[in-house]
Amino acid sequence: MSAGWATVVAVGIGTVLLKAVGPAGVAGRRIPPVADTLLSSIAPAILAALVVTETFASGRHFVVDARLAGVGAGIVLVLLRAPLWLVVVCGALATAGVRALQ
Amino acid sequence: MRRGIRLAAPLFPAVAALGASFGVLARTAHLDAVAAVVMSATTFAGSSQVAAASVLGAGGGVAAAVAAALLLNARYVPIGISVARSFRGSVTRRIGQAQLVVDESWALSRGDLPILLGVGATLWVAWVGGTAVGALAGQAIGDTSAFGLDGAFAALFVALLATQLGSRSHARVAVLGAAIAALLIPLTPPGVPILAATAAVLAGGRRR
Repeated sequence: MSAGWATVVAVGIGTVLLKAVGPAGVAGRRIPPVADTLLSSIAPAILAALVVTETFASGRHFVVDARLAGVGAGIVLVLLRAPLWLVVVCGALATAGVRALQ
Repeated sequence: MRRGIRLAAPLFPAVAALGASFGVLARTAHLDAVAAVVMSATTFAGSSQVAAASVLGAGGGVAAAVAAALLLNARYVPIGISVARSFRGSVTRRIGQAQLVVDESWALSRGDLPILLGVGATLWVAWVGGTAVGALAGQAIGDTSAFGLDGAFAALFVALLATQLGSRSHARVAVLGAAIAALLIPLTPPGVPILAATAAVLAGGRRR
């Protein structure tokens, strides 16, 4: 097997298993109220982390680049209650625009 | 399910474009077009696929590529646990449906399984289709970083996060999660900052 195919197979199997842990292992069980509060907080925690890593992470480096313009545009549009597609389009345009100027 | 498809429609072009840029990258990383499409269809997790292809392209070897990708996907354990209650039916069925969990379908559905499956299936078509176009058209597409897709997805996550900030407790968790991720970016491999940010949930709960 080539290195490429070996990677495709291993990452595929691994990801299927990682995605299955919750829905296959936890589903159907009664969850105590305390755990329920913690579980509902996972979304804001992970989404906030994704905003930070998608904006500033480049491998293991913390960098400020054109992506920040995309996020800035996104924040403004979210505050203006713009639809999701407009947030995405303007995020791309702002990032591409700043990148083109550099 | 139909509501999910409608919710995902606005994201279709962006996800397809990102899929195409993965397809282009995969070809430069010595993955053939079939392997790239198979990876998108089975792994269906953008950032991890890009990471694996980048490592391979840089000559990093299979073990390093797989480790980088799976570390990035480790967040699907807490994500999956948070929506586990919505899943019904046999274990095989739940494992199958769980494959449609991606950041966007999870965040947009807010625990509603038909919406999650609708968003997930729609984005799967966009992602796999986009990958095929990118892998086959290759060089004709050129330098995909010029399109600003990376910034577009950062903006998308801002919008998805905004839907979660209804309570002060969630806002506190988000600020702490962001701080943990920012602090860990230079200290840990990619993926760990996101996973570690889930520890921020411990700051919620108390005092609404």
